Amino acid sequence: MTDTPAPGTKPRAKRWPYLVPLVAVLALGGVFAKRLSDISGGYDPKVIPTVLLNTPAPEFNLPPLPGLGEGLTSADIKGKVSLINVWGSWCVACTVEHPFLMEIAKTGEIPIYGIAWRDTPERSLAWLEKYGNPFTKIGQDPHSQTIINLGVTAAPESFLIDKEGIIRYKVSGIITREMWRDTIQPLIAQLNK
Amino acid sequence: MIIELGHFALALALAVALIQAIVPLIGAARGNVAWMNVARQSAVLQFVLVAFAFATLIHAYVTSDFSVVGVYENSHSAKPLIYKISGVWGNHEGSLVLWVTILSVFGALVAVLGRNLPPALRARALAVQGMISIGFIAFILFTSNPFLRLFPAPAEGNGLNPILQDPGLAVHPPMLYFGYVGFSMAFSFAVAALIEGRVDAAWARWVRPWTLAAWTSLTLGIGLGSWWAYYTLGWGGWWMWDPVENASFIPWLTGTALLHSAIVVEKREALKSWTILLAIITFSMSLLGTFLVRSGVLTSVHAFASDPTRGVFILILLAVAIGGSLTLYAIRAPQMEGGGVFAPISREGGLLINNLLLTTACATVLLGTLYPLITETLAGGRISVGSPYFNGVFIPLMIPLILLMGIGPLLAWKRGDLAGALSRLKVAAGLSVAAIAVTMVVAGFSITDIGGAFGIGLAVWLAASSLIEWTERVKFGRSGSWARITNLPRAAHGMTIAHFGMAVLIAGVSGASAWKSETIQVQAPGETVQLAGYALTFQGVTEVPGSNYTAERATIEVKRGDKLVATLHPERRAFVQPPEQTTFSSIHTTYASDLLTTLGEAQGDNGAYVTRFYHEPLVPFLWYGILLMGFGGLVSLTDRRHRVGAPRRAAVAATAVPVAAE
Repeated sequence: MTDTPAPGTKPRAKRWPYLVPLVAVLALGGVFAKRLSDISGGYDPKVIPTVLLNTPAPEFNLPPLPGLGEGLTSADIKGKVSLINVWGSWCVACTVEHPFLMEIAKTGEIPIYGIAWRDTPERSLAWLEKYGNPFTKIGQDPHSQTIINLGVTAAPESFLIDKEGIIRYKVSGIITREMWRDTIQPLIAQLNK
Repeated sequence: MIIELGHFALALALAVALIQAIVPLIGAARGNVAWMNVARQSAVLQFVLVAFAFATLIHAYVTSDFSVVGVYENSHSAKPLIYKISGVWGNHEGSLVLWVTILSVFGALVAVLGRNLPPALRARALAVQGMISIGFIAFILFTSNPFLRLFPAPAEGNGLNPILQDPGLAVHPPMLYFGYVGFSMAFSFAVAALIEGRVDAAWARWVRPWTLAAWTSLTLGIGLGSWWAYYTLGWGGWWMWDPVENASFIPWLTGTALLHSAIVVEKREALKSWTILLAIITFSMSLLGTFLVRSGVLTSVHAFASDPTRGVFILILLAVAIGGSLTLYAIRAPQMEGGGVFAPISREGGLLINNLLLTTACATVLLGTLYPLITETLAGGRISVGSPYFNGVFIPLMIPLILLMGIGPLLAWKRGDLAGALSRLKVAAGLSVAAIAVTMVVAGFSITDIGGAFGIGLAVWLAASSLIEWTERVKFGRSGSWARITNLPRAAHGMTIAHFGMAVLIAGVSGASAWKSETIQVQAPGETVQLAGYALTFQGVTEVPGSNYTAERATIEVKRGDKLVATLHPERRAFVQPPEQTTFSSIHTTYASDLLTTLGEAQGDNGAYVTRFYHEPLVPFLWYGILLMGFGGLVSLTDRRHRVGAPRRAAVAATAVPVAAE
């Protein structure tokens, strides 16, 4: 086969641009290979690190929703037994859980801190406007940075934190009245001692 | 017994694929016609064998032969026939057999229809097809064997995941695979051209119909998947930028670019090495999608159950196919450029910008999809990339593309007249501005409506300019216009239909994103909720037996004013095997907007249920748009110039001689 261009007809084409796709693909292949070897080595990408009970909550510093004061930092949750609730305006179950959080907030027995997860400030605010705001303080975590450290897999999720900032209990899903009465309230009483 | 025959046939097909990959290649290099012809015979034989293997698998599912592991794991005797059949490809092993079957269909089509292809090009392209077959058949036989037996045979199977028991989803994978695998033709032809060291207008003419067929199928396949997600998942969405959705969308974007750049090669003999690269990348992206879904490297709702051994196998397959073809590209492509002068303002200039925008869009989607995986693997941190990123980078790229889609078809080849084109589009621009104004008035002048109104404006711009181009071309309304309509190449009609479909799709996307409203509540029987001018009254729930499930069926009366417009029945279905629950939404459509209702869980003892209602303006336009795009592709496929068999026999015979003698 003859595929060399006739000499002198055009300047010799640069070769390196044609190598770019190959190099990019090889680099990507390397990443995949490492990933696969991680997985064969026992790494499970499906398991998001679960925060063990009785360990300190991770450090965080979340910006506020505009117009609702300061944000939420890990310093805020120390000194008093509190509940952290992860929610989003997109989360249907949160809407179901919400009236009960409002009830708890009215009794004032425990401060509830909200983390607005994967949401825009406008939507979060509109949601609070519509359903009411049970939260003492709210921080927003649109990119899941703190959420992942907390080991949250879905919303709503709530954490009961003691005075030292240690996670004492975790509820994945909706907090029900029974759960609150039978498990969480006694736990709060005990932690307040 | 039958299933063993299928297994044996697939093993034979592997042997045939080996012959198909090697012999014709040597034949083409030496100019040996008999050896080159082996490609055709083996492609047809391979199709017969693979199709037989596939048929035995279908037979096992239809007759509920639970001594076959795959049937036991994925099927159930009480399942309706259609889902027994679709269960074949509802799992990893079976879907791969479907993949290979479609691949062999394409190979056989080239062998049968491509009689007037240059023999060497045909032999090489089929040899490359053979190599792809080797990879995938070996993958099936060595890591994912669907023909395994189970002893003793269980009396009953595990059943198919109920969420997959849906007519839309029964057809979705074959459509999607037809698209993915169809791009293998462009890939094979590209690699064949690289081996040969030449690309010309004739090459592009061969590649275009295959690409078009694949593109049409992929468009409809993605549309079906989206439609299915919309009406079954019941969260009122139709696209969530999930990694697996993206895996089908990425080849669609590059495939669309390829479709357009191949025109430039055909008409102007320019953009050759670029088109070759696009052909390689498009199929590579299809392969990458296959890898991501099956290897376990990604987590997604759509992913198949996976194990790393398979992942390693596909990764090697990918490395050979993509790495090999790109190495060949790096060696051969630098000599390929050529062609005429390239004026920026011309049809080919417009198509080049189209290509740049589409590939950039593709790169951003690819980056967003893989970025979490890359950072997690290299840096160990976890991040997630969601809709805000994709909408933020993707939409700004689409806006200039859509503006250009209106102008491009009005530009002439070689040297276009931009001012002239724009002046012919004055009406379209006027209509577009008017549409924005009207939308703002109707929507009530809120700042949040600007995005939606702008989207509607874009849709009107594209629809109007597509129609203007078409009416000018056929001199619509003047004497003889009917003759001009029938004489206009089908491809031109196809383009107008597809571009118009895109406009309809944009209207749907804009409306659905901007003006969707929803409400969720606990409703006791008799309670009424207002949404978007409708009054929805919950009438309670009854229990209804289904074929392999029992359903809680709600009755919801929808009134507008005092007039009853619809009675809807959303359901929650409890399946017997596997014991899982699904929701089944119920939709009232006005053909311009949907009212979607879903039923949640029971609350308390008084018959109250959680109900969710969504008002989805313009969502039906999404489906119309996709159907129009697919229809445009089909119309274009019937163009004489795209018919692989008939036309230009003389011209091809003339070019075939020197190639064969090379």
